[in-house]
Amino acid sequence: MASIPLDPAHGGHAHDDHHDHHPTGLKRWLTTTNHKDIGTMYLWFSFTMFIVGGIMAMIIRAELFQPGLQIVKPEFFNQLTSLHGLIMVFGAIMPAFVGFANWMLPLQLGAPDMAFARMNNWSFWMLPPAAILLISSMFVPGGSVAAGWTMYPPLTVQQGYGMDLTIFAVHILGASSIMGSINIITTILNLRAPGMTLMKMPMFAWTWLITAFLLIATMPVLAGAITMILTDRHFGTTFFNAAGGGDPVMYQHIFWFFGHPEVYIIALPAFGVVSQVIPAFSRKKLFGYPSMVYATASIAILSLIVWAHHMFTVGMPVAGQLYFMFATMLIAVPTGVKVFNWVATMWRGSITLETPMLFALGFLFLFTLGGFTGIVVALSPVDVQIHDTYYVVAHFHYVMVAGALFSAFAAVYYWGPKWTGWMYEEKLGKIHFWWSLIAFNIAFFPQHFLGLAGMPRRIPDYNQQFTEWNQVSSIGAFLFGTAQIFFLIIVIRMIKGKSGVRAPAKPWDGAEGLEWTVPSPAPYHTFETPPVVK
Amino acid sequence: MPLPNNRTTLRKLTVIVAVMFAFGFALVPIYKRICEVTGINDFMRPDQVKNTQVDLSRTIRVEFDANIRNLPWSFKPEVTVLDVHPGELTTVVYEVRNQTDRAMTGQAVPSYGPALAGLYFRKLECFCFAKQTFAATETRQMPVVFVIDPELPKDVHTITLSYTFFELPGAAPAEVAADRAGKPVPAAPG
Repeated sequence: MASIPLDPAHGGHAHDDHHDHHPTGLKRWLTTTNHKDIGTMYLWFSFTMFIVGGIMAMIIRAELFQPGLQIVKPEFFNQLTSLHGLIMVFGAIMPAFVGFANWMLPLQLGAPDMAFARMNNWSFWMLPPAAILLISSMFVPGGSVAAGWTMYPPLTVQQGYGMDLTIFAVHILGASSIMGSINIITTILNLRAPGMTLMKMPMFAWTWLITAFLLIATMPVLAGAITMILTDRHFGTTFFNAAGGGDPVMYQHIFWFFGHPEVYIIALPAFGVVSQVIPAFSRKKLFGYPSMVYATASIAILSLIVWAHHMFTVGMPVAGQLYFMFATMLIAVPTGVKVFNWVATMWRGSITLETPMLFALGFLFLFTLGGFTGIVVALSPVDVQIHDTYYVVAHFHYVMVAGALFSAFAAVYYWGPKWTGWMYEEKLGKIHFWWSLIAFNIAFFPQHFLGLAGMPRRIPDYNQQFTEWNQVSSIGAFLFGTAQIFFLIIVIRMIKGKSGVRAPAKPWDGAEGLEWTVPSPAPYHTFETPPVVK
Repeated sequence: MPLPNNRTTLRKLTVIVAVMFAFGFALVPIYKRICEVTGINDFMRPDQVKNTQVDLSRTIRVEFDANIRNLPWSFKPEVTVLDVHPGELTTVVYEVRNQTDRAMTGQAVPSYGPALAGLYFRKLECFCFAKQTFAATETRQMPVVFVIDPELPKDVHTITLSYTFFELPGAAPAEVAADRAGKPVPAAPG
C-alpha cells in the first residue's frame, strides 16, 4: 500500500502516481475496494441504466404519439412502463446518488475510505446481476412484470415467471442498497476527521446520513412485501390472495410504507447536492444550516407516516383519509423551510451562473413546482379525481427528473473536475442545461393538462381528444432523450480533457469543504492522515 | 481505534435491518387486528342487525351471481333475481357441487355492485364465513340470510351480490393425501 501520507495542506504537490498501486485492467475494477473506483463504477452503472430506462421511455412516448396501437402490443407496453419505473428508481437514480456518496463522503469528511471497503465492493457488484435479471425477465415466456413498478397483486401473483426474476432482482437491488447504507452511516458516524462535529458536516453528508437511515428502515419492508408475493405465488400462502383470507390492499399498505419514504430517499441526497452547489456559486454560507438539518430530519420522519395518500381510492374510512391528507401536507412545512433557505442563501450573494448552478436553479424552480402539484394530489377529494391519471405522472416526473436528475447533473458538473482533473466545457454544459430544461417542460408540462382532462396512465391507447398534447409531450421526450446523449459526450470530453483547462484543486472560488483541499484529479488515496478541522 | 467501533455500528445497523424485515411481516397481523377492531373490510363475520323495521315503501332488486375460479365445481344460486324490501329478512340458497372425485376445500368471497351497497348489505348467515370442504362429488345446498339496511341510499335500486369460490391451495392437498390413504375425509367445518 502507499506509504507516503498525503498532507492536505500541501495537497497540491502530491501526485497520484505515488499512490497508484493497484491491479490494472478488468481485475482492478472487479477487486477494487477503493471508494473512488467504486463511486466511478456506480456512476457508470447508473448512467447505463438511465439509458436503458430512457430507451423504454422513448418507446412509450413513440407509442403514445398517436391514438391507437402502432408500435408495441399492449402487454409489452405494460412491461415497458413497469420496467421503466423500476430501472429508473432502483437502477439509475439510487445508484447515482450512492456513487456520489462513495466518491465524495470520504473526501468531504476527511476519511481515507468508506468504513467497510470490501462490503462496498460487494454492494456494487450485486447491481449488474440484478440488472441482468431485471432486463432478461422481458425475454421469458409471459414477459416481465407488467403491473407497474409498484408490483401490486393480484396481477403480480398471477403473472408468468418473469415476475419471479423481477422479484429476485429487486431483492438483490434492495440488499445492495441496505449494504451501501450501512456503509455510509458507519463512515459518517465513525470516520469523520478530528474536529468535524456532526453539526459541522457538509449538508450532503447530513442528507445522506438521514437517507441511509430511511433506507435501512424501509428497504427491508419492501423485501418482506415482495417475499410475500413470492410465497403467495409458489408456496401456497395467501397474504394477498382473497381466497385464503388475504387482501391485495394490504400489499399496498406494506409497499407504500416503503414506497413513500423511497421518494425522499431519492430526493434528500438531491437536496444535499443543491445545498452544496447554491452556496458555492452564491459565494455565501448556506443560510440556516441547523434548520436545514432539522428540516431534513423532519421530512424523513414525516415520510414514514403518510404512506396511504398513495391509495386514497381503495375505500379508506374518512378519518383515515383526513389523517393521511393532513399529515402529507405537513411535509410542505420542512420542505418549504429548505426552499426558503436556498433562496435566502442566494439573497445578496455574488451569483454566477456556471452549469452546476444552472442545474441547481432548475432543480429549485421545477422541484418546487412538483411540490405544489404534490399538495394538489395530497388533497383526498381532488386525488380521487386524478388518481392514476397523467397528472400524477407529471407530478412525480417533476420531482424525480427535474428534482433528483437535475441535481445529479449539478453534482457531475460540480464535482466532475475533481474526479477527472479537467474542467468540462462551460458552453456545452450550458447548452445541455437549457436543452434539458426546455425539453423537460415540453415533455411533462402538458401531461398536467392530459391528466386533468382524464387521460389514464399505463394505457397504450387513448381517446382522440388527447392527441395534440400527447404529440407535444412525445416531441419533448425525444428532445430530452437526445439531450442526455449530448450529456454523455460532454462527460467523455471532460474525461479526455478536451476543454484544455486543467482543474485546479478548488475550481469554484466560492466552494467550501475538505474535498477542495486535495488536488484534482483526486489522488487514488486521500486523507491517510486525517486533516484537522478547527 | 476505528475498527471495533465500526463493527459495533455494523451490528447495531444489522439489527435495525432485521427488525424492519420482521416488521414488514408483522404488519400483516397488525392490519388484521386493526380491521377486526374497527370492523373494516370484515366479510368473514356475521353482521349485526340493529333495526328490523321493514320499509315497505321501497323495493330493491337483488341479483345473485356465482363464479368459480380455478375450481372444478359447479356453483349457482337457486334464484337469480329477487325483489325485497329494506329491513326484510330474506334467505336464498346456493347449490354447490364438487365435480371431481377428490375432496377439495374452497372459500367464497363476496363482492357487491355497486360497491357502496356492501355497507348496507347485512349477512346474518353465509357460507362465505368459513372455508368449505367438499367430499368427492358431494353436492350441498348452502343458505345466505340477509337484511338490507333501510339506510341504503335512495338512489340505489338494484344490488348485485356476487360470490366467487376460490380453491384454498394450502388446505386441499393434505386432505387429498388423506383420501388416497383410505382415511375418512374430514367433515366440512361449521
